[in-house]
Amino acid sequence: MADDRVVGIDLGTTNSLVAYMGQGPSLANPNADGGVFILPGEDGSSLVPSVVALDRDNHTLVGNAAREVLLKSPERAIYSVKRLMGRGVEDLQEELKLFPFHLAKDMAPGEVLRIQLGERTYTPPEISAQILRQLKRNAERFLGAPVKQAVITVPAYFNDAQRQATKDAGRIAGLEVLRLVNEPTAASLAYGLDRKQNGTIAVYDFGGGTFDISILRLKDGIFEVIATNGDTHLGGDDIDNLLIAVAADDIAGDLGLDVRKHPDAVQRVRRAVIEAKIALSSQDATNIEVELPEGKLYQRRITREMFEPMMAPIVDRTLGPCRQALADAGLTVDQVDEVVLVGGSTRIPLVRRKVEELFARKAHTELNPDEVVALGAAVQANILAGGSAETKDMLLLDVTPLSLGIEALGGVTAKIIHRNSTIPASATEHFTTGVEGQVSVAIHVLQGERELAKDCRSLARFDLKGIPPMPAGLPRIEVRFLIDANGILHVSAREQRSGKDAEIQVQPSYGLTDEQVENMILDSFDNAEKDLADRQLIEARNEAETILNALLKGRNNEAWHKLSFDERHKIDELESNLRKAMAGADYQQVRGMIDELNQATMRLAELMMDAAVSSALHGKNMDATDVGEGPTAPHPIGKAEFS
Amino acid sequence: MSDLPNAGTRTNSATLQVMQDEHHHRCWSCGDMRAEHFCGECGHVQPARPTDFFSFFGMPRRLDLDEAKLEREFYKLSRKLHPDVYSRASAREQLWSLEKTSQLNDAYRILKDPISRTEYLLALQGIQLEEQSKIATEMARNSGREKKQTVPLELLEEAFELNMLLEEAKAGNVHDDLRAQLVATREGLTKRLDAMRDELKAAWKKWDSGDMEATSLMVDVLNRRSYLRNLVRDINEVLK
Repeated sequence: MADDRVVGIDLGTTNSLVAYMGQGPSLANPNADGGVFILPGEDGSSLVPSVVALDRDNHTLVGNAAREVLLKSPERAIYSVKRLMGRGVEDLQEELKLFPFHLAKDMAPGEVLRIQLGERTYTPPEISAQILRQLKRNAERFLGAPVKQAVITVPAYFNDAQRQATKDAGRIAGLEVLRLVNEPTAASLAYGLDRKQNGTIAVYDFGGGTFDISILRLKDGIFEVIATNGDTHLGGDDIDNLLIAVAADDIAGDLGLDVRKHPDAVQRVRRAVIEAKIALSSQDATNIEVELPEGKLYQRRITREMFEPMMAPIVDRTLGPCRQALADAGLTVDQVDEVVLVGGSTRIPLVRRKVEELFARKAHTELNPDEVVALGAAVQANILAGGSAETKDMLLLDVTPLSLGIEALGGVTAKIIHRNSTIPASATEHFTTGVEGQVSVAIHVLQGERELAKDCRSLARFDLKGIPPMPAGLPRIEVRFLIDANGILHVSAREQRSGKDAEIQVQPSYGLTDEQVENMILDSFDNAEKDLADRQLIEARNEAETILNALLKGRNNEAWHKLSFDERHKIDELESNLRKAMAGADYQQVRGMIDELNQATMRLAELMMDAAVSSALHGKNMDATDVGEGPTAPHPIGKAEFS
Repeated sequence: MSDLPNAGTRTNSATLQVMQDEHHHRCWSCGDMRAEHFCGECGHVQPARPTDFFSFFGMPRRLDLDEAKLEREFYKLSRKLHPDVYSRASAREQLWSLEKTSQLNDAYRILKDPISRTEYLLALQGIQLEEQSKIATEMARNSGREKKQTVPLELLEEAFELNMLLEEAKAGNVHDDLRAQLVATREGLTKRLDAMRDELKAAWKKWDSGDMEATSLMVDVLNRRSYLRNLVRDINEVLK
């Protein structure tokens, strides 16, 4: 089963991680490890910052290396791309003002948004795919085997479009996404692995960009989500942005500098306030110091006492969803047995205090809040891969976070699957035509809780095509809506009146099409191979240039005339061949020619060397018999060892 | 749906697919004749079939059903039918598992809640309840038709007074006195709603014992309940 390794991936706003759970000992493999663990990257760190950047040669960087680019040339890096997944330009006007990156200029309305990075534009799933590919590589390196399947976590409150975008990202990265698991639910699996007990738990998950609350009932290994709520645009990022704004005002007042006009300075401020925020989780005060343009320096001492009232309104925004989830679960606070904290932002003492106050009990923080979601994803991956002794009784029953509706007469939302319904869930609706001979019917699918369609999130406008022409109102089109275990909607339709159950074509009108995703997969593969070939060609040409330069010098050396006619003729011929190969695009041919020329010029190099040594002995300047770039020059003509 | 020129008209969709009483199904895999959700012989999952929710659980059509047993059956079937269990199976079995599990979840959701269970059973008998939802109101307003809704007699006076309070609240600011009155009214309504559960349970017992008159009792309770719930919702909206 070497090829069947299924990994668990936490694709976070700020950091991403990959984890794996072994199948455990079995008859076939008695020494296999059944533990669940995070797979570190080459640098040994388990967290891969969710940053993608381009280096000077337009090669993609991911993680820590990309974060360095973000500080120096912010326009060449993208961070927090998770906040853009499955969203339209219209959703993001405010948000985009805060990011240093730019959208493509040629975007059509309704198109999936694209971000400019270097000379190309990328959709958010393509950016996320770069992060996933890095995690895949890390996992393959660590496990020493190919990894093709994964469980990826998403915020519980992600809507259909955001989930679909995440799944697309997996496909683009060359991963088969076996399941999307909600982050708080994954966390509960990781906790549940250690302590098998029954009861009601609340998982409070406050991460870099998203907030979720899930209430679960644990019973004999079944993890049943009863209610979930949250905000997919509420996280540590919002605290950072607030602190950046405060610092920017401070800088404008104290130093008379508009820091917002200097994107790289903003990024330095951003890093400084994030470091301060983290420091204030463990100490009472810290100093901020940022070098600014015009030789100015921003220095500030901030205390936890100053910090907490500033961020309190953001933390308070998490409490409403908690109360709603409790109400939806039909529970009071004292019916919750345990509270689990997940996500980096729960390290903030104020967050802990507010949660413990609301639930009137001490919260669990035993597992690292950065790692617990990835560990849980690995547990689910293990279950899907066939399970092991530890997971054989475990089963996750999750819910859909948002109600699914369709637009009815008068622009109102008719709910067909209510929020907090256990998934998979389905609904069947019947439609007919309003005009004689009408052959297509438009259905507007919505997600959200509001009464009016315009206040809900428009998921898709489906066109049901291929209805046999009939008098108005006669066709009877049965449309089946099915939300699968990933929380993703599938729609199928058939016309029943014509008696032949004609399959009706369902065309969604949002997100990437299958074809687009396919092209992106090919694109990235092509690019990866093309990138490599390009680089090798450039390297080979550089090497050829060096040897040709050395040859030019050799021709001017008296050693040249000590060669036989045949030797000189052979070198001339090979030189011309190498120049031809350099004009082509085949690096292997260039390399071949370089090797041949190296061989042919071996004696010339020796003769030049002898001359150089003899000149040196006679007190002449070495430069007069320059043999190339010096002792480290990588070609035989200059490969003299002067020692 | 003004911006949808070819907008579809949603027809009354309360049509329920009711299974004919076929008790024996042949397993697609081994041909054994005792297959319902899975084959009794080889254990393979079977394709989903249209069925009523009581039959899905193999339970009699009774309203006063054993909720603990329902939950046990739900967990038991979940462990066997869930897509997680079939992630390595053939595409066909994966699809069946998905469809079966959605059926299981839909059935459990409807049956575990006393109100939706009663509504479901009435719908199986072809009885439509009055549409009290906001959507119905909205649709009635748009089509100019009268909404099917009658104020229960015993609530007439109370509803009238409450509507006056609500009008006042909507017109101006909700001052403390008005707020207190609304909160008090809501409390009274909530108590009534609780009491209706008991009324409903009494009607269940009658229905389960074969007294068909219980049907009209239940319809009455549900209609009054729905009316009260709308009043509570209106108060909540004003107090928000």
